Amino acid sequence: MPLEQLIAGDEAGADQEFLYTLNFGPQHPATHTTLRLVLTLDGETIVKAVPDIGYLHSGFEKLGEDLDFNQYITIVDRMNYISPFGNEVSWHHTVEKLLGLELTPRCKYLRTIFAELARINDHLLCVGANALDLGGLTAFLYAFNEKEKIYNIFEAASGQRFHPSFSRVGGLMNDITDDVVDLIRNFVKTFPKPHADVTRLLNRNRIFVDRTKGIGVLSKAEAINTSCSGPVARASGVVRDLRKDEPYLAYPELQGSFKVVCATAGDCYARYLVRMEEMIESVKIIHAAVENIPSGPVNIALNDKMTIPDKTATYRSIEGLIQHFELFMWNRQWEPPVDEVYGATETANGELGFYVVSDGGGRAWRARTRPPSFIHFAAFPALIEGHQISDVPAVLGSLNIIAAELDR
Amino acid sequence: MPSALETLATKFPGAYTTSVFRDNQRVVVPSDKAPAVLFDLLKCLKDVCGFDMLCDVAGVDYLNYPNATDRYAVVYALTNTTSGERLFVKALANDPDPALPSVVAFWQGADWMEREVFDMFGIVFTGHPDLRRILMPTEFAAHPLRKDYPLRGRGERHNFPTITRSES
Repeated sequence: MPLEQLIAGDEAGADQEFLYTLNFGPQHPATHTTLRLVLTLDGETIVKAVPDIGYLHSGFEKLGEDLDFNQYITIVDRMNYISPFGNEVSWHHTVEKLLGLELTPRCKYLRTIFAELARINDHLLCVGANALDLGGLTAFLYAFNEKEKIYNIFEAASGQRFHPSFSRVGGLMNDITDDVVDLIRNFVKTFPKPHADVTRLLNRNRIFVDRTKGIGVLSKAEAINTSCSGPVARASGVVRDLRKDEPYLAYPELQGSFKVVCATAGDCYARYLVRMEEMIESVKIIHAAVENIPSGPVNIALNDKMTIPDKTATYRSIEGLIQHFELFMWNRQWEPPVDEVYGATETANGELGFYVVSDGGGRAWRARTRPPSFIHFAAFPALIEGHQISDVPAVLGSLNIIAAELDR
Repeated sequence: MPSALETLATKFPGAYTTSVFRDNQRVVVPSDKAPAVLFDLLKCLKDVCGFDMLCDVAGVDYLNYPNATDRYAVVYALTNTTSGERLFVKALANDPDPALPSVVAFWQGADWMEREVFDMFGIVFTGHPDLRRILMPTEFAAHPLRKDYPLRGRGERHNFPTITRSES
């Protein structure tokens, strides 16, 4: 978009020649991702911020109409690529709601554990990168050290570190082995120490607190009115967490093991604190879940004709082979009702929802995503106005804007 | 306190139909009534029924959809943050000038979501303060999530104007 067009409607300082315009991004180390801000400045104070997005728009939702329910998982992975498994859970939660599937208890627990690991991963990146932007390299390194362990768990479970594409309609790609359980147990045991280290490094760090406290304040009314969700809304006092309010997967059975973390200040520091505490709650969920993983199959039964059979069944039994072809031939596949459904789960960034319209085929007619980053970034100009230009990284980091999810 | 649907039934009789699928309670406003009724209906849902959060605005194109009567739909996913209740208001619209009233006046969050629906489907939200394209470039002529727009595009990317080093 040409610069003249963006600032054309700017009455705030049109006749005041001391205001000047600064282009922030699309390539800037503090944005971490590709987004652009056009800032109107009075000295170092931001009078107006106009976001310009779309640099990473790659038509994910159009692809969702072309790929089937299982194939689209690879695209969903790349939305919020910091916690891809959370997106997979959300997508298949909606698809299974459409198909009317009830998962096996084992699959529910495994998905819950991996979704919580993804949440910790996302919060670690957010907290670490936020600290890095504000000058705290040590906390960043501690956080990334732990992220590496989570990637190891995903690698052991699915064979992929970054984009596991692990979930399938009606189950998971494969069951996990005991090694994975050991890795998760080990992570649960060791994680509190580095978490406490980061807490001690940042919570009372003079520079960090000065640069985050009272910056980018989002009131409770504003948070609701601008549709914010997740840690951003909870840091403003909105007590809403889909894991408690609309429990899905194994959360109904794990209600006693975690609390909803909230703050009232609504500033960057509150958002940081909420994320730190949520990691502890996630560890509690994982701890409770990993010791109680039910036995039994991970996929729903073969004769339901919904899940991809494992390779043994495909190669050794005629039912398995038929089922395999039924799901992979583009004129067969699933037969969902001709209807539409909205399903949402609580991912690390907030409520990630999908609105799936089905025409009765194996591909979605429309796969609308409700991207939390997009909605949080819409609230960004109001948060930053009146603050200094050096506060831009602090506020951007605390909202955890992931541009791939922002633009899709 | 009467439920949201009871309140709507007394205030807007005959202006909509309801349906339920799984846990989604839907209110469908037909295309001939939507431009006149939708604004007041959503205002009533916000002010009287307590749906204080607009969770999502989704556009859908029903071109060649089985048994479809209208071309477009815009689905407003409303949430009551106090009770956790959800309601889906689906407003239908048709060519040649699909237009619906904007709800930015009630929910600030609708600003970008309506811009996205406009960008992707070309549905105009009348009364929107700043209805510009948001994800696609300003020069882009089509609305890419419409069903008559091909998956691989119409060569826009291939023919995108570029500046060579000598011209810059």
